[in-house]
Amino acid sequence: MTSLSMPAERRLGLLLVLPAVAIVLVALLYPLGRQVLMSFQTFGLAQQFGQAPAFAGLENYAAVLEDGAFWAALVRSLVFCALCAALTVVIGTAGALLLTAVPRWIAMGVQAVMLVAWAMPVLSSLQVFQWLFDARRGVVNWLLTAVGIDGAAGFNWLSTPVSFFAVAGLLVIWMSVPLVVFMVYAAVTQVDESVIEAARLDGAHGVRLFTTIIMPSISSVFLLICLLEIIWDLRVFTQIHVLQGSSGITESTHVLGTYIYQIGLSGGNYGVAAAAATIMLLLMLLVTGRYIQLLLRGAKD
Amino acid sequence: MTTQALTPRSTPRRRSRAGARRILASAAAILFALVWLFPAYWMLNSSLLTDEELTSRVPVWFPARATLAHYASILGSADFWSAMRMSAAIAAIVVVGSIALGFFAALAISRFRFRSRMSLIIGILIIQMIPAETVFVSQYRMLDTWDLLNSVAGASLIYLGTNVPFTVWLLKGFVDGVPVELEEAALLDGCSRMGAFFRVTLPLIGSGLVASSIFAFLASWNEYTLALVSLTSSGSQTLPLWITSFSGMNQNTDWGGIMAGSTLMALPVVILFVLVQRNMVAGLTAGAVK
Repeated sequence: MTSLSMPAERRLGLLLVLPAVAIVLVALLYPLGRQVLMSFQTFGLAQQFGQAPAFAGLENYAAVLEDGAFWAALVRSLVFCALCAALTVVIGTAGALLLTAVPRWIAMGVQAVMLVAWAMPVLSSLQVFQWLFDARRGVVNWLLTAVGIDGAAGFNWLSTPVSFFAVAGLLVIWMSVPLVVFMVYAAVTQVDESVIEAARLDGAHGVRLFTTIIMPSISSVFLLICLLEIIWDLRVFTQIHVLQGSSGITESTHVLGTYIYQIGLSGGNYGVAAAAATIMLLLMLLVTGRYIQLLLRGAKD
Repeated sequence: MTTQALTPRSTPRRRSRAGARRILASAAAILFALVWLFPAYWMLNSSLLTDEELTSRVPVWFPARATLAHYASILGSADFWSAMRMSAAIAAIVVVGSIALGFFAALAISRFRFRSRMSLIIGILIIQMIPAETVFVSQYRMLDTWDLLNSVAGASLIYLGTNVPFTVWLLKGFVDGVPVELEEAALLDGCSRMGAFFRVTLPLIGSGLVASSIFAFLASWNEYTLALVSLTSSGSQTLPLWITSFSGMNQNTDWGGIMAGSTLMALPVVILFVLVQRNMVAGLTAGAVK
């Protein structure tokens, strides 16, 4: 590409990238910078009405770290994320492997179902799950009663933290599995058929075939999926916040996102909320560092 | 070893064992599909049931006496149409904006060598990882200061900012896939540099454009967190907020209405997915794995 001189070439490149950079700067990086600044300031309702914020040093961070509710939310986030991510990956992988073992028309049907589940908007799914788990008229309680489980009739799933997170977790898993199925299935069908055939002839079946032949060939896709699931499940907000709205137990069901929302938007305590958000951001970057490394290796190819 | 390798695979015993395994796998796959389909089916089913059936002691599994009453009441509500207008307007801006900005930036990163190129790539990857849940307090403050709360412009701005990095990354994968030689040939034929991009490259990354449009559409259509904090007045709610306003504690919940609303919200997305599923998977593998 030598039709343009080098400086002009560079100028055109920068010009093309400028609008995208500008909008990200304005909409994301500027507020992010402001937020980090705010986390070191006393920033409450008085500042909202125009009073200049005072420098507060690490006070906001201390307030967050001394707050038992923060640690409880952190633990809930981590446990919820670990369970949901693990179950999603296991179920999704099992589903994808199942697809390779069934007649074509069944595999197509399963994929069609996965597509529909994947397409469901978060809020639609949230409403359906609330209806499924409705205390009085929900199908789940009806089914549990029908198979003879005592106390299922009229049980309010959103009234205790454990059952609350069970509903939230099932929803998150239901929503996330389709993508895992698609990605793992795409990877597995790339594995050389003759290699699998040879291993079969050597007597490798089931679990052994999976661990020795299939798993090593799809390990990079698998790692990517695990990381994405962890990232997505750690930042879960919508599902928890909406379910909290219908449950009435808020304090005992906070995860990091809803905790920040609670002190910032509901409590008007922007400085402390900014500190908590910054802590969460650092945590996320810690987790995602590996993912970025992985993508960068791909980018350099 | 030799004997085993020579044994034909289709001895009767082997065949029947393989057959049994296949049947077992098929049964498991069908069960898996049914479980995953059920919530979507239940949404559609419940939206068509009468109030009487919805409150019956035993669930009604099939809408034999299907009624469109719930849909009629939703389609007749001004709140629904207001939310639909907000969602559609924001989605349109986000899709068009993401594609335009994303295409230009993807060209720059893929085709030009400038000093900050690598740091830009790293920047995109890191920014993509910033969850909305960690910036919304500050974004809310910013929109408040600029008088952009409860406006299409404010929400679109934030959604664009979060979505553009992903679009750039996705489209970069597709632009990389177009041989530079094609553009060079167009240049020799007298095309300008930008002309070559528009006439040669753009038509060749069609599936990338479709995939990134869909992801941009979904990102804004489904977004809840920022809408919750920035679109608080009743006239400015988007569909996700509107649907939550239905249910609440201590309310005699109108499940038929909620299910009809949820179905109406899901319908465009499901149709879109079915139409372009091939592009979606292609887009994902290009964007995520590359």
